[in-house]
Amino acid sequence: MQDPETALTLPDPLPLDSGAVLSPVTIAYQEYGKRAADGSNVVVIFHALTGDQFAASPHPGTGRPGWWDRMVGPGKPIDTDRLCVICANVIGGCMGSTGPASEQADGARYAQCFPVVTIHDMVRAFARMLDELGIDRVHAVVGGSMGGMQALAFASDFPDRAERVLVLASAARQSAQNIAFHEVGRQAIMADANWNGGDYYGGAHPDAGLAVARMAAHITYLSEKGLTEKFGRRLQAKGDGKPGEKSFGFDADFQVESYLRYQGSGFTRRFDANSYLYITRAMDYFDLAEEHGGRLADAFAGASARFCIVSFDTDWLYPTAESQHLVRALNAAGAPVSFVELSSPFGHDGFLLETPGLDEVVRGFLT
Amino acid sequence: MKPHGTALADLRPDLAAIASVIPEGARVLDIGCGEGTLLAALAAHKQVDARGLEIDPERVATCVARGLSVVQGDAERDLVHYPDDAFDYAILGQTIQMVDRPADILDELLRVGRSAFVSFPNFAHWRMRVALGLGGRMPVTPALPETWHATGNIRNLTVVDFRALVAERGARIEREWHFAKGHTIRKRGANLRAEFALFLVGR
Repeated sequence: MQDPETALTLPDPLPLDSGAVLSPVTIAYQEYGKRAADGSNVVVIFHALTGDQFAASPHPGTGRPGWWDRMVGPGKPIDTDRLCVICANVIGGCMGSTGPASEQADGARYAQCFPVVTIHDMVRAFARMLDELGIDRVHAVVGGSMGGMQALAFASDFPDRAERVLVLASAARQSAQNIAFHEVGRQAIMADANWNGGDYYGGAHPDAGLAVARMAAHITYLSEKGLTEKFGRRLQAKGDGKPGEKSFGFDADFQVESYLRYQGSGFTRRFDANSYLYITRAMDYFDLAEEHGGRLADAFAGASARFCIVSFDTDWLYPTAESQHLVRALNAAGAPVSFVELSSPFGHDGFLLETPGLDEVVRGFLT
Repeated sequence: MKPHGTALADLRPDLAAIASVIPEGARVLDIGCGEGTLLAALAAHKQVDARGLEIDPERVATCVARGLSVVQGDAERDLVHYPDDAFDYAILGQTIQMVDRPADILDELLRVGRSAFVSFPNFAHWRMRVALGLGGRMPVTPALPETWHATGNIRNLTVVDFRALVAERGARIEREWHFAKGHTIRKRGANLRAEFALFLVGR
């Protein structure tokens, strides 16, 4: 088992899209499987908004299995008997890579002094890390949701460095609706009494605000059908074992309320509110077409990779139409592209869960 | 890894005919590619740049799992998004009789591809004529086994009809093949004798 503290510090400062420069830059990562000498069997996994580098090993804070444990491992669709998976915490994150909770040279935390980073900054940092590891061209880059955005940005910015690009439940741009949901989350955090302009590290954290942000976001990861199947209008049983009943007050009467509160409070134990602001902002700024004169196909003009785009029919956060938009651009650019919409009751979370066809597509595409 | 492909000689006769014409390294789009039998064979034995369009997600997943580049989509809705001249050959197998606007599809095939293969069941085959002319009912035959209310074949056509459509759209027929009982038959009397037909159409 690899040391969970694995991290690498880049030798040079990192120029950012904003014009600012980040230095030093530390990237925390995990590696699963045996790396070929030339790195040709490396599969890069980019994590989603609240993910981390622990894709296939227990989270050191919560002890829970890796977030993509069902997909990554020996004999699994991303087969670490054959492939070497590298998964790194994004810059701006809070699991060991340089982010707003990191200390600056003077020992003070960055907090809101941390520069705003973009999806492109994240993959630029990652590419520098690959340089340090002596890896030039990888077998594949893979990502769901924000991880998919990074995979697309990597393919666009470093067209010779990936042979395959697998994008799940993602898009080439953040939609107005998704920016709107992010803004709700950010405002909840900044409305917390403990927010203190982001400078809360010495005292109580804005946990109530962060929990509300997570609760609102969590709804967007599920589907109406999934919520109905899982909770319906069922009432939450009381602690003394009695069946649930309406309180005629504002307790968590419904199971779905209780579930969301649990998700919200659990999240605050593993995530930093400032990171939530910075990473959601990075996603909001993402629009690959905008950076290429409005023509998305031009973002992939030099790409040599094969692409595989997967959407999920109940995902209303990154709906199939966004994937089709991307596929048309890849076709227009002449890139070899596959696309499939899989059927799943799980909404946006479909890429993380047991969805028929998903394992076969992932395994087949990476072969 | 190269996709595993059926040996060209073992392909169904219409697919084998297509494979015999397509040169090494060609750019090919198979519309309604199913589980990718033809594409995989072409990729493995002719090193073509093989792409597919298929409406059924499970079949697309099968194609992707065997290493093919296949997009889930609908010919009538999605072909318009492909650029001009993107392919040397566009293939539409046993599908033209199922679409709403066959003439538009033919135009699109010849826009995205320099040439197009089109195959379809021939509704003027003698069994059809007997069933309709003598029996007075819509034909159900080994070649078209579904009854009128269950069949997806909503635009039935004949060999002669297709020749007329190609002329009407200002395209030209480069080659044609006719099949009955799983074998190639000669062109003479094809409109009566062929169960299926395959055309190679150019601009």
